[in-house]
Amino acid sequence: MMKQLNYLPGLMLLLGFALPAVAVEPYYAWQVDEFAINQPLGGLQGDPARGKKVVIDKNRGNCLTCHAMPIPEEPFHGTIGPSLAGIASRLNEGQLRLRIVDEKQINPMTIMPGYYRDPKNFNLVLDEYSGKTFLTAQEVEDVVAYLMTLK
Amino acid sequence: MKRQLNKLLMIIALLVSGTVGFPLQAAEPHSGYDYLTQSTREMQDDEFANPGMVEVEKGKRLFNRVGNNGKSCATCHGAEGEKLNTKNIAHYPVYNEEFKEPFTLQMQINLCWEDQLDEVPFIYDCVDLVALETFVRSRARGEKVNVDVSGPIKPYYDAGKELYNTRFGQVDVSCAHCHEMNAGKHLRGQVLSQGQTNGFPEYRLGSGRITSLHRRMTECFRSFRAEPFDLGSEEFINLEIYLNARGNGLKIETPAVRY
Ligand code: HEC
Repeated sequence: MMKQLNYLPGLMLLLGFALPAVAVEPYYAWQVDEFAINQPLGGLQGDPARGKKVVIDKNRGNCLTCHAMPIPEEPFHGTIGPSLAGIASRLNEGQLRLRIVDEKQINPMTIMPGYYRDPKNFNLVLDEYSGKTFLTAQEVEDVVAYLMTLK
Repeated sequence: MKRQLNKLLMIIALLVSGTVGFPLQAAEPHSGYDYLTQSTREMQDDEFANPGMVEVEKGKRLFNRVGNNGKSCATCHGAEGEKLNTKNIAHYPVYNEEFKEPFTLQMQINLCWEDQLDEVPFIYDCVDLVALETFVRSRARGEKVNVDVSGPIKPYYDAGKELYNTRFGQVDVSCAHCHEMNAGKHLRGQVLSQGQTNGFPEYRLGSGRITSLHRRMTECFRSFRAEPFDLGSEEFINLEIYLNARGNGLKIETPAVRY
């Protein structure tokens, strides 16, 4: 049923309908150097205030589900991963970026999702998320900027 | 060159830490019951307070309902299901020699419904079939799960184990990531259990509904943004075989109360 919907855009084009303009974000390639991604994704600039919202938001970063973070206003923090308090004094910006983009580069067994892995690598993704990265490049940069404030 | 050396060191470190972590995976099975608060345990144990008993009653009515040929399940198995062999119930899924495929308890109930009562079979996991399954499995409360995977069911068990360890969805995790490697830890406010199946079908306090195993797996798949397999599909049945066998020795708690 859902599969058939895939033909819909093509069909609409054939029939001469105008498609609504959907802004599909390009997937920015990234490069790992010495266990870090030193270039910001797409050259984007991160914003720590937005990044803090992303790490809390259950539908976006949801980092709190696994990590304790210095965000006392949130009642529940996970214990699956290590606490991220003071993380910026242990890891630099490029190292943090790699861990958010694809922790599997460091630990192939990890439970931590790759927030900016190539969507082609995923298995049986729900239609509504198919072809998409977990976070947008901008959200990744925002989260990096926020983590950099946790000295 | 230096980078390659780094990588090698990293891999060695991982292998070593991996082996250190291993005893966790071989941990003894623990029922989801062990992760409940005292008051929820009491609710499950008290047959008047356990909300899943409504489903048991509903299943019992269907069990006693007369089919097209004038017979009911109770004709063979007793009005209370007292003639059912509870040890057999604890064996499911079993390999059916006649059909040459694994049979879940639901499939067996459905086969009786069709053949012995001359009725139209149910769709897998539909409300009535889950009610019947809840009633039948609740007859074996306290019986130890005992799935034999040594015979012709072995390849299906192996396939289920493989699925259990496969990453799915945009979150890209396997069942084992939560229920083996991280059982007992907190996922925000919730404690991860081992994901044992001895209480299914189970009553969920969150949704206020009875939930079959295949529906529970569907929820898990959606939560990691993966397209679930169909209810009653070969994949879910293989997973059921693996999961039940993984909990061999746990007591059947149907209808369990869970969050
Ligand atoms: C499903 C659980 C899970 C989620 C969700 C998760 N992580 Fe992690 N994370 C882990 C685990 C477990 C580790 C430990 C290392 C490993 O497994 O590779 C880790 C490691 C890390 C590290 C390295 C910590 C260190 O001390 O070296 C950082 C940084 C990190 N995570 C950031 C994040 C951020 C930011 C998010 C949200 C965008 C996030 N994590 C979401 C499980 C998770």
